Amino acid sequence: MAEEVKLFGIRGSPFSHRIEIALKLKGVSYEYIEEDLQNKSPLLLKYNPVHKKIPVLLHNGKPIAESIVILEYIEETWKTNPILPADPYERAIARFWAKFLDDKCMLAAWNACWAKEKEREKAMEEASEGLKTLEGELKDKKFFGGDKVGMVDIVATFIAFWLTAVQEVVGADLLTPEKFPILFKWSEDLVGCPIIKENLPPRDLLTANFRARLESSK
Amino acid sequence: MAGECVQFLGFWASPSALRVVWALKLKGIDYEHIEEDLLNKSPLLLKYNPVHKKVPVLVHNGKPVAESLIIVEYIDEVWKQNPLLPQDPYERAKARFWVKFADEKVVPDMVSTFMKTGEEKEKAAKAARECLKTLESGLEEGKQFFGGEAIGFVDIAVGWIGIWARIVEKLKDVSLVDEETMPLLHAWLQNFLEVPIIKECIPPWDKLLQHNKGYLVKLTPDST
Repeated sequence: MAEEVKLFGIRGSPFSHRIEIALKLKGVSYEYIEEDLQNKSPLLLKYNPVHKKIPVLLHNGKPIAESIVILEYIEETWKTNPILPADPYERAIARFWAKFLDDKCMLAAWNACWAKEKEREKAMEEASEGLKTLEGELKDKKFFGGDKVGMVDIVATFIAFWLTAVQEVVGADLLTPEKFPILFKWSEDLVGCPIIKENLPPRDLLTANFRARLESSK
Repeated sequence: MAGECVQFLGFWASPSALRVVWALKLKGIDYEHIEEDLLNKSPLLLKYNPVHKKVPVLVHNGKPVAESLIIVEYIDEVWKQNPLLPQDPYERAKARFWVKFADEKVVPDMVSTFMKTGEEKEKAAKAARECLKTLESGLEEGKQFFGGEAIGFVDIAVGWIGIWARIVEKLKDVSLVDEETMPLLHAWLQNFLEVPIIKECIPPWDKLLQHNKGYLVKLTPDST
C-alpha cells in the first residue's frame, strides 16, 4: 500500500521531535516539512485550523494534531516497536506519566528557568517537586518504558535535552546529578540512544535560540 | 467477570468524576462507590493517587488508575461491551483531539466567565462561546452524538462541560451554549442530558447550583 506520511514541524521544537522519534523507531518513512511560525504555511492552517500549530502529521491526506494524540495514532497504526505497553493497566500508567510531564513538569520547568528574580525560588521549588516525582517513578528502571524507550521517555525528552540546554543559558540548576541522580542518569542514557541522538536538533541551535530569548527579555 | 473488584473514589459534585461514572454505567460495570470528602481526604485516596491526591480514581483489583480521561480509556480497553472510542485509529485521534481541546480551551474560558464580573466576565464569555463554536465542528450533522449514533468518548468527556455551562449561565447571567449560534451543540446538549443513563447520574440541579454558588460567595466575600 502506498503510504503517504508527512510531518509539519519546527527544527528546535521538542513537540515535533517527539513525532520524528516515534516514526523513526517504527521505521516509518515520512516527508518532513519545516514550518516558519512567523509565516505559517497555508497547508498548516488547512491541516490544523483549530490551533494553527505544529506538529501535524498527515497520513494519506488525513491530518492529526496535538503531539500526544499523534503519538497514540502512530502507535495504533504502525505496530513495529511498540512505544506503549500491551497491558491496559500499564498503558494507563504510561498515559498518566505522559500527561503529568506535559501538564505539570514541562510548564513548571520552563517557568522556573525564565522566572523573574522574585518568582524564581517558588518556581524552582515547584519544578523540583515535579522532577522529584519523576525520579520516584523511574526508580531502578533504565527508561520509563522499562528496558526500551517508550512513549513516556519520548515525551520526557524535553527534560533530557531541552531543559539542560535552557539551564545552561539562564544559569539555573534544576536538573543536576547531585539533586536528581536517577533522573540525570536517565537523561544521559536517553540522549545517548542512537535513534534519539541522531535525531536531536543541534544543541547550538537551541542554546542560540535561548540566548536570543534571554537577551530580548532584558 | 468472576473475582473482579472495582472501586471508584469520587466526589458527588466533581465534573471529572461524573465522566467516569457515566463510563462505568454505560458499560454496565459493577463497582463500589467511595465518596470522598475533599476537605478531609481519606488515606485511601492519598494512597491511590499520591501524585495529585485528587478524585476520580478507579481501583481495579487493587490497582489504581487516576485522571478521568485516562480512566475512561482504561475502562474502554478492559471492558469491551459498548465501545466508547471508535475502532479506527484516525477516528480515535479525532476523538482524543476534541477532548483535549475541550479541556484545555473551553474549560479555562468557562472558569474565567464564572470567576469574573462585569466587562471581564463578558469578555471571557465571548471567548468561551468561540471555543464552544469550534467544539461544535466536532459534531457531524445528522448524528445525535459526538460518538455518532451512540454515546462515545467525546460525549462523556464534554458532557459535564455542557452541565456546567448551564450552571454558569444561570449563576452569572451569560449565554454560553447559545442556540442561535451553535444549533448543533445546543441540540446535542439537550439530547445528551436527557438520555436516561446519563440523566440519572447527574446530581440534582438545585444541589449543583447551591454548591457552585458557594464558590461564588467565596470569591466575593463582601457580597451578601
